[in-house]
Amino acid sequence: MTGDALLFGLSGVLSSSAPILFGVLGETISERAGVSNLAMNGMILLSAMGGFAASLATGSLALGFLAGAAIGAAVALVVAFASISLRQSQVAVGYVLAMLCRDLAYFLGNPIMGMPGPRLNLAPIPALSSIPILGTLLFRHDIVTYSSFLLIILSWFYMERTKPGIMLKGLGENPRAAYVRGADVNRLRYLYTVSGGAIAGLAGPIYSLSVKAGWKGTISGLDGIGWIILSITIFGGWRPFRAAMGAYFFSFLQWLGLVLQPLMPNVPSQVLQVAPFPLMILTLLLVNIGNAEWVERSLSHLPESVRRDIARVLGALNATPPAALGQPFDKDE
Amino acid sequence: MTIELQNISKRFGALKANDSISLTVPPGCIQGILGENGAGKSTLMKIFSGFLRPDSGELRFDGKTVRIHSPDDAIRLGIGMLHQDPLDFPPFRVIDDFILGSPGGLIPDRRRALSDFNSLSARFGFNLSAEARVASLTVGERQQLEILRLLWLGAKVLILDEPTTGISQAQKEKLFATLRTLADQGMTVFFVSHKLKDVEALCGRAAVLRQGVLAGSMERPFDKAALVRMMFGKEVKLAAKSGVPPGKKVLTVKTGALDSIRLRIKDVNLEVRAGEVVGIAGMEGSGQDLFLRACGGLVEPSGGQFCLDETETPMNGKTYHDYMRQGVAYLPAARLEKGLISGLSLAEHFTLSVKPRGTFIDKKAAATLSKARIAAFNIKGRPDSPVESLSGGNQQRALLSLLPEKASLLLVEHPTRGLDIESTIYIWGKLRERCASGTAILFISSDLDEILRYSDKVLVFFAGKVTPLIAAESLNVQKLGELIGGMGWDAFKGNGDA
Repeated sequence: MTGDALLFGLSGVLSSSAPILFGVLGETISERAGVSNLAMNGMILLSAMGGFAASLATGSLALGFLAGAAIGAAVALVVAFASISLRQSQVAVGYVLAMLCRDLAYFLGNPIMGMPGPRLNLAPIPALSSIPILGTLLFRHDIVTYSSFLLIILSWFYMERTKPGIMLKGLGENPRAAYVRGADVNRLRYLYTVSGGAIAGLAGPIYSLSVKAGWKGTISGLDGIGWIILSITIFGGWRPFRAAMGAYFFSFLQWLGLVLQPLMPNVPSQVLQVAPFPLMILTLLLVNIGNAEWVERSLSHLPESVRRDIARVLGALNATPPAALGQPFDKDE
Repeated sequence: MTIELQNISKRFGALKANDSISLTVPPGCIQGILGENGAGKSTLMKIFSGFLRPDSGELRFDGKTVRIHSPDDAIRLGIGMLHQDPLDFPPFRVIDDFILGSPGGLIPDRRRALSDFNSLSARFGFNLSAEARVASLTVGERQQLEILRLLWLGAKVLILDEPTTGISQAQKEKLFATLRTLADQGMTVFFVSHKLKDVEALCGRAAVLRQGVLAGSMERPFDKAALVRMMFGKEVKLAAKSGVPPGKKVLTVKTGALDSIRLRIKDVNLEVRAGEVVGIAGMEGSGQDLFLRACGGLVEPSGGQFCLDETETPMNGKTYHDYMRQGVAYLPAARLEKGLISGLSLAEHFTLSVKPRGTFIDKKAAATLSKARIAAFNIKGRPDSPVESLSGGNQQRALLSLLPEKASLLLVEHPTRGLDIESTIYIWGKLRERCASGTAILFISSDLDEILRYSDKVLVFFAGKVTPLIAAESLNVQKLGELIGGMGWDAFKGNGDA
């Protein structure tokens, strides 16, 4: 492989990560507030189809993205209503919605299947894009990829550096304590679930108007991405930068699958296409293995100095979910 | 600020939690609120701090009627409440926890918050690091953090709900000193507790609640017997030591060693005989919980021998179930999480606790069994009550009632943590009965009085080091407190020395 091909490949990894980033960061926001939105997979399919349809009908890309965000927000609103107001299981509601939205996307998308439609153009940033290597890698993308870079920084800044952001984390950690400190817990949970849904909903049109432009029904290749997004949210330890690393790692594995295909003619192409998924799960397991008791026990036989270092590394990798994730809140209980 | 509570009443269904309670507290006073569990203390304080609204009655601050709709309102009026379970955020950094909930704009002024935090912390001699994680603090330190935060927000009245549960003796003394300083500066402190001793040591005045009614109040110096009568409406006596002559060996540990990622314990040697009560003291996380669980086969020792009978056959490598068959039973501190099964009723627990005969439940036998056990253990609940609906004291009674009738060794973590005096006496009465019939008891407690009062022998843990068994008579609170803090260990060279 030449250097240029490698560079273009990596640049492609960054842009194909954009929708995953939107999904993961949207879900991270929602889960930080204490609501897990498991409808993700169906929601992305529906917003991909809806976003494409909207921009096909109006000729406006902006309206396409808007439609995607609106669909994401609407699905999240159902999850929020069922779990916050009706106090029902987020898992059950999320799963059902995931299936419903997927089938709805295929059914409603039938008339526009395979139609040529609008597509987002590349927007290389003048001057910066001509920097050697970095220019190609970072500054020859379309606007959604740039936005995805920005989203990582913004969501990190919000959660770590602003008061409402710290409160957001408090909501999912100890809603009772958040309430005592002046938060209207359930209203804020609505707010964050719906806005998290809107952000994740953008992942759909980012696929159908940019990364995998068009709507091809069941062969769009989008089915399953929502589940991976949910697992990357966990891998990311509910922290924006780590979540971003997870998203890039997954896209990198997918790209590797494509690159390796011609080099490994004996391996069926399906294996390489599917491999990133189990690899991702395996990574997830390895990263979080530090909290298992048997690991702790087997480590205790190692010499003190080695044990300390390993414990520190595992401790840093280890991610604990928001303590009140999935639990409804009522101040009177 | 002078606080007046005027005819406060609050009902929950048929239960009158507070019945026309009136109380006036001048500034600079430490007011004790005494009462056993369920007397209405918490309800009153929740009304006071904005969690609940009273059905009738009013609150006056310096003669002015105030309405408090939320905890947020309360702190703006200068009322800060320290809850029994710390209402904080364990994964956060101390400084973020401190900042969260403070008024002001979008971006917190970290530099100011940090300097305020450090100067407040220094003022009270607290040793808190702003960058540490809240989870790494002890319960006592989390209280300190919360007190600093409330003071920073301008609290003029401080309510503390059972603050001495789960903190060490040294931390308790520090807390009391802090509260005295605050009262001297004109702050009003409400100290809610069921521990007579703490109220006696700290408060200038005490009000006693019983079954939702103000049963009486008293100023220092307190007449202890009168306070007890007010609390229970009758005399209550503490039990003396069991005095059961020790029988055959039920637990022998030889050069026992335990490993965890944080701690390494070596060279524990001890012998426990039937009928003996051994109290285990130590700061939380000094290894005592690990050791207790190892005695029940719940943690695999890394060396040495753990034997359960006269023949001294090592039990290493066996599971809890093997230990159980040898007559060992374990009562965890987290009653609802580890001891009982939330969602199941008392009757279902009893059914599960007896040896299964067949797959199906004999409803009739189960009903008889539960009625008998509920009566025998004086549990306030019905056979169909879900265990999580019971109070802490009744949950502990239920746990005791579930133990197999013939046990040779009971391993108990914090047998009376969070329980009122009456339940405490009851629980220990039941444990005593067990001793008399030849059961040995090994228990962990952070309450030094409990250890000294009930144990025959004491074992102290400090950072993985262990003393030999010390006769309880040769110890007092101060000496035990020093050992827990790591002082006076030179006398024990040789045992558990790492």
